[in-house]
Parts: sequence; C-alpha cells; structure tokens
Amino acid sequence: MIAVSILNRLIMAAVTLFGVAVIVFMLLRVVPGDPIAMMIAPGASPADIAALRAKYGLDLSLPAQFGVWLQAVLVGDFGTSISLRRDVLELLLGRLPATLELAFAALIVAILIGGTVAVTGTLFRRTPLEPAIDATNGVLLAVPDFVWALALVLVLGVFIPVFPLSGRVDPTFSIDFLTSFYLLESLVRLRFDVFLDVAAHMVMPVLALALPLATVITRILKEALLEAMVQDYVLLARLKGMSEFRLVLQEALRNAVGPALSLTGVQFTFLVGGTVIVERIFAYPGIGNMAIDAVINRDLPLIQGLVLVFGAIFIVINLAVDLLAAALNPRLRHG
Amino acid sequence: MAEPVTIAVPTTKPYRAPSRLRSLLTEPKVLFGGGFILLLIVIAIFAPFIAPKDPLEQDLMLGSLPPAWLEGAEPGYYLGTDDLGRDVLSRLLYGSRIALLVAFVSASLAALIGTVLGLLAGWYGGWTDRIVSRIVDIWMAFPPVLLSILLVAVFGSGVHSVIAAIVIIDWTRFCRVVRAETLAQAQLDYVTAARTVGFPRMTILTREIFPNIVPVLIALVSLEMGIAVVVEAILSFVGLSVSSDTPTWGGMIAQGRQLIHHAWWLLVAPLAVLFATVLAFNQLGSGLRRALDPVLRR
Repeated sequence: MIAVSILNRLIMAAVTLFGVAVIVFMLLRVVPGDPIAMMIAPGASPADIAALRAKYGLDLSLPAQFGVWLQAVLVGDFGTSISLRRDVLELLLGRLPATLELAFAALIVAILIGGTVAVTGTLFRRTPLEPAIDATNGVLLAVPDFVWALALVLVLGVFIPVFPLSGRVDPTFSIDFLTSFYLLESLVRLRFDVFLDVAAHMVMPVLALALPLATVITRILKEALLEAMVQDYVLLARLKGMSEFRLVLQEALRNAVGPALSLTGVQFTFLVGGTVIVERIFAYPGIGNMAIDAVINRDLPLIQGLVLVFGAIFIVINLAVDLLAAALNPRLRHG
Repeated sequence: MAEPVTIAVPTTKPYRAPSRLRSLLTEPKVLFGGGFILLLIVIAIFAPFIAPKDPLEQDLMLGSLPPAWLEGAEPGYYLGTDDLGRDVLSRLLYGSRIALLVAFVSASLAALIGTVLGLLAGWYGGWTDRIVSRIVDIWMAFPPVLLSILLVAVFGSGVHSVIAAIVIIDWTRFCRVVRAETLAQAQLDYVTAARTVGFPRMTILTREIFPNIVPVLIALVSLEMGIAVVVEAILSFVGLSVSSDTPTWGGMIAQGRQLIHHAWWLLVAPLAVLFATVLAFNQLGSGLRRALDPVLRR
C-alpha cells in the first residue's frame, strides 16, 4: 500500500520534471536575439555561422531539437555554456554545493529561531509578552528576503561592519579541497580557519533567507502549540506534576510538529528560490547568482541546466516533505 | 415558596451582524494599510506638483549630498542626492508611479486569470480540474524569482514585461486558493438548495458561489500587490525592468548597494519606502480578510 503511494508520487514527480523541461525548452526557443550572434567573431563567414549552428543543434526543427537535447540531458550532457565556454554540468556541480550549504544552513537557523520564539510565546501565554511577540511577528511576516538582505547589508555590513559583505571565502586562503562543500569539508579536515571564514561570509545571506521562514514557523508552530496545550493528555501530564517547561517541550511540541512540518517544507522551496536574489546581493558564488548572469548573457544551455536543477530541487523537497509527513503520521502510515 | 425559575428571555434586539463597512473602518490594520496606500496613490498621481526637484536633473557639482540633517547637506535636498546629483526625495516620489502601476495592473490580471481557472476547476472537477491542477503543480516547481528573470529575458526588459512576468507566475496563487474555496463552498447547503431549485450550473457558480469567495479574493489581491511591488523592485535591481532613466525604487536600491561605502543614505531611503509599502499592502490584506470574513470577525 505504502509502496504504491510512494511509487505514485515518484511518477508524478517525474511528470512534473518533464513538464518543467518542456516549458524551459519552449520558452528559450522564443527568446528574441540570436545566441549565435553573440558568439561569432566579427567577420565570420556564413559557413562558420552555419557550422556553429549545427554544433549547437540550432539548425533542426523544434521537436527534433527537444529530442536531441532531452536525450543528451538524460545521460548527463547539458551542453556547453555559451558565455563561459565550459561544460554546463561541470559548472553546475561546481556551484551547487555553495547554494546547498546556504539553503540548508538557512533552514536550520530558521527552525531554531522560529522554534525558540514559538515555545517562548507559548510559555509566556496570557502575559504581556505574548501580544508583543505576535505583533512583532505579524509585522516581520511581511518582510521579504530581498528587503532583509539589504537591511542586513546596511546594519551588519556598513553601520557596524562585523561580517564580510560579499563572496564566499577570503581569496587569501588557498583551498585545495576535494569538494565545493567548503563549510562541511573544512570541518572534516579540521581547517577551522577556513571554516570560520566561510561561516562569517554566510551569516548575512543565511539570516536574510532564514528570517522570513522563521516568522512563518513561529506563527504556525505557536498556533499548534497553543492548541495542543489544552488537550486532555497535556492536562493529565500537568496533573502528574510535570513542569510547564517540560509540558511544552515534551508533550505539546511532539504533537504540534506535524502541521508545522508540511508548511515548512513548502516554505523551504520559497527559500531555495530566494537564493537567486540573495546570492546576487552578497555576490555569493552559488547557482542563483550564476542564473542571473546566465539570463543577462542569454546563455541558453546554462539557463536550461540551471532551471532544471532548481526544478529538481523543488520536486525533491516536496517529495521529501510528503514522505516525512507520512512517516510521522501514524494514520497515514498504516492507511 | 418555590425558587424563581430562570428562563432564557430572548433579547429585545435580534442578533444582527455588524455592517461590513463599519467593521472595515474599525479594523486598525485596514486603516493603517489603506491610509498609506491612499497616500501613495495621491503621491504617484501628483508627483510633478509635490516633488521639490526634477528627478532626472543632474548636477555633478551637487553629487552625493547627504540628507538634510547631516553635515554637508545643501538646503532643498531633503534626502540628499545620488552620485549624479539627482534629488533622492524627488526620485522616490516619482518611483511610486512604476511601483503602483505594476502592483495594480499585475495583481488584477493575475487575480482574473487565477480566479476564472480556479472557479472552473473547483466547480466542474473531472478533467478540467485535473489539467488545471497539473499545470499549477508544474508552475510551482519553478523558483518564482528565477522564472520572472527568465520571462523578462524572453520578453525583453520594460514595464510591460515585468507585469506580464508577474501575471504569468502568480496566477497560480489565486487559482489554488479559489479552487479550494470553491470546493468548500460547493459542499454547503445553499448550493444544494440552488441545485434543487434547478438553477443552471453556471448560474450557481457565478451568482451563488462567486460572491462568497470575493472577501478572500480581495484580501489576496492586496497581498499580491505587495508581492508585485517587491518583484518589480527585484527586477529593477537586477537591471531588467524599465530603462535606468525612469526612477524606480529597485533601481535606486541597486545604485545604493553599489555606493554603499560612499553614500549609505542612497540605500536607506528607497529600502525604507519599499518596506513600508509592502507592509501596508500586507496589513491591508490581512485586515480586510479579518473584517470581511464572518467567521474570523466574531
């Protein structure tokens, strides 16, 4: 039963990804402006141009182009970037770890901040602190990552310059790592100097991405906690003499996590989408920043690769949330 | 003597729901958000009369002046000038034009498309629903910021492209909510009654169900306008919105980010206005939802 439903979801995910591929492909065929025109040297002969067109498959019919492209993508050949003149897959794999480290760090920070505020609000319910938390959170809910990022630039970058404003790691470090997961690998290799520098570069982009999500988590989790606190099992635990702190953390939280979780998953996809502009603001070398350059340079193969990667990340997150929700909910598990 | 029996005496006045207009005007969020937006609309319309300077006029002798309360300021330039000597306050006031234009046009169009498809999908179900829902799913697999940049690259930059991009991306927000609302309304007794009476299906949808979705829709449109203002700012920031001659908040933010160590006020002013505008649309939206929703109102 559960195997069938997982299989169903996998098929749906594949269909969605295929749809994404079709749309990206079609969209980019109607881009005004000839990408080849940007590549040729002035004075190239028509034969050279034709050869270049053939090399990138631009002389075939649309469905044929799609077929050729899809076949290549399925074996990991995303083509060659027009602006950077390098293999697209290689470029993507080089940049993806930076974005993944950023997104997951932001997710963890958001859960920690949101969870702490929600629990605090629940512990201090019916005191003046609760409406203060609710009102502040209500205002902050409206602030998008773009505004957070720039506000952080001003406050932590200019007025009290504590963190570096751009980049991922100080260029004076010579980094001969195996992977581009600088944060993780520096930890494993015990290179704490590199770790601290990478972490310092991540503080502002991570906060900019985490704070919008933290406000959502706060609202949903606090609502769920307050609801759980009036249930019979909490009353029973209270009669047994459990402290208020343990009541919230051990009893209520366990039952409140479910509803907060699936919403956090959806919001996490927004966070990943937000990396595009946040990486731009902090000149952070991830795939989001690369995406803006690719669009400005009309680099079709690179744009296609990037959008597919983003689409795949979104679909994987949604799938993971569904599976996690099923694993946590006993009714769904046995249904 | 027997105890007096207390009986529930019906109150003299029958219960009447508070009027919608009254609950709207007593909702602080609506007053704050709506008031600010109204002010912005007035500024946008009368910008040429309000602005102290020509927003495009350059004067390199007066470049990078700080705001009036800081040392080195020039009289008449209340929020200082940018590196080309253009007046920041005047540019901010003019910038509200593009922001509001994009907000109103794109949110209305996205609402129109999303509502029509959501109503049809929720009411007729079957294949209509399956196709619409699948398209929405595929749409949601695109990162919105990336998709908007992609679309603007396809259409070419400019305010029309920005509006088109926002509509193409955000109709799904309306579609999902309206579809879910329609499904919920379709379960209610008044719909069953209308069916029993023999109303045509389309009439039930447009005359019975739709009016009950309008409150949610109005709140969503307000929220969407806030989103549209940010998207326009992001696209201007990246340099893909209107040409750099026209003052926009996003363009001013991009300039401020570049000159951050040189003239920080160039970033503070447009960022503060953008924040206030987004907050106002959000407060208006959530206030409207609370004031118009009979369940939340109680």
